[in-house]
Amino acid sequence: MMDYEVDRALLEKIADLVGKPVGAFNIRKDCGCDGRQSTEHIQITGKEDKPGIDIRIQDGTMGETCHIPVIITKPGIEEMVYNDFYVGQNCNVNIVAGCGIHNCGDQTSRHDGIHTFYVGKNSHVHYSEKHYGEGDGKGGKIMNPQTVVYLEEGSSIQMDTTQIRGIDSTKRYTKIVCGAGAEAVITERLLTHGEQVAESDMVIELNGEDSKGRVISRSVAQDASVQRFRPCVVGNAKCFGHVQCDSIIMGQAKISSVPEIEANCTDAQLIHEAAIGKIAGDQLLKLQTLGLTEEEAEDCILKGFLA
Amino acid sequence: MLELKHISYAVPDESGMLGILNDITLTIPDHKLVVFTGPNGGGKTTLAKIIMGLVKPTDGKIFWNGEDITTLGITERAKKGISYGFQQPPRFKGLTVRDLLTLSSGNGELSKDRCCQYLTRVGLCANDYLSREVDVSLSGGEVKRIEIATILARNAALMIFDEPEAGIDLWSFTRLTETFEQIHDSGAATMVIISHQERIISLADEVVVVGDGAIIHRGTADEILPRILADTLSGCPVMGKEAVRK
Repeated sequence: MMDYEVDRALLEKIADLVGKPVGAFNIRKDCGCDGRQSTEHIQITGKEDKPGIDIRIQDGTMGETCHIPVIITKPGIEEMVYNDFYVGQNCNVNIVAGCGIHNCGDQTSRHDGIHTFYVGKNSHVHYSEKHYGEGDGKGGKIMNPQTVVYLEEGSSIQMDTTQIRGIDSTKRYTKIVCGAGAEAVITERLLTHGEQVAESDMVIELNGEDSKGRVISRSVAQDASVQRFRPCVVGNAKCFGHVQCDSIIMGQAKISSVPEIEANCTDAQLIHEAAIGKIAGDQLLKLQTLGLTEEEAEDCILKGFLA
Repeated sequence: MLELKHISYAVPDESGMLGILNDITLTIPDHKLVVFTGPNGGGKTTLAKIIMGLVKPTDGKIFWNGEDITTLGITERAKKGISYGFQQPPRFKGLTVRDLLTLSSGNGELSKDRCCQYLTRVGLCANDYLSREVDVSLSGGEVKRIEIATILARNAALMIFDEPEAGIDLWSFTRLTETFEQIHDSGAATMVIISHQERIISLADEVVVVGDGAIIHRGTADEILPRILADTLSGCPVMGKEAVRK
């Protein structure tokens, strides 16, 4: 299937994939399908009218994982991909997405992905997505992911997104709509360096009674990079929402963090908190007393913060 | 052996330089437990930080096992076997108790049993704490005990503890003094402990009273404890009279 070292390295970085995945998968490479497998409970089919796939997960599917990584290895590729997930009732599944760009040329490589989830009653989805760019060309590495999730009664999603390194520009948009008793947890980890720019907008709409939403965002901005966060939780019913944004700022970086909560119901309990700061001097000193150099101490603090 | 020779530390102020430590000379032989005590602001913590390299002296030399380490940085001193437990340890978002113990030991991933040994010696249960982040969710006393556990995991030849008892409850304090006693009895390390607690002072081979940037008294616990008590009482107009009547 894939014999190239670049492919293997990218897939391991973004989806922890070594060799052929077990279970359902779809590997998209340079605008084409580089491998696809459905299982008894998870059907993957290509869209007829536009780029992308439909993933249909049967009722009662438990403990299965579906990998859908995207890799771009050639400069100058720009694509918009639509992936739709139809998760049945009473499921518990893992979806591993992610995008890796290897760009050694002078032209921009860009991946825009729109993922839409329809999660059935009492189902739980764990969705993880890692973004990574590499290559020493002058061409930009751009990713603009959009994720929209509709949670039916009693269902939940845990969404873990990570931007590892090397993405020059990203505009993320996430929207989750929660029905009664539904729960959405988003953990976002983001690292920017050089002159990179990252923007992340999120909205969690808590529409159903006893729904819950939680955003945990941690970011590190190095060098002259710029980050903007605008997570918002809207309480339209008796619900609980919490937004927490923590950022470490370094070098000449700039960070804007604007958590927002909006209550349209007297029984909505919503909390937000945000903090931006540099690495504390006493943290570095403590780790140096354990035998780490200042650089190792800094690296250790950042890795822990973004883990 | 640790040797401090004519250590001074001064900081600039309006009238020139303000002396924080003035010409301190002190030798601490291997495997001894030495307690630094004395009034607040007297220079104990600065002296301890100078040993670890956290503060650079403006004058004087420091020798560790015969080697001049005065110009060495914190990391180099740590690698040569000097460790330091902070009075107010920092917190780390994202680093767990297990991460800190592993970093401290410097020997790769620590087994749960090993971590449990270190945490038990400071009165904490590994099951409750190993996977917890060392962040604001922990109380001051918990962070302090984890700090001491990192020094135990470091297992260095010289252990410096800055007021290890501060913020620790009575039950954990008893466990802590037993741990200091065990380390001392086994001869596993040389210990410098900054403390005001009579129970810790009584464990010491030597007590060094630091005040106004100088060594005021030195001696065994039996010699120094009555002197500390007398100094404390004489400083109080009411209690001092009581002491004179007795």
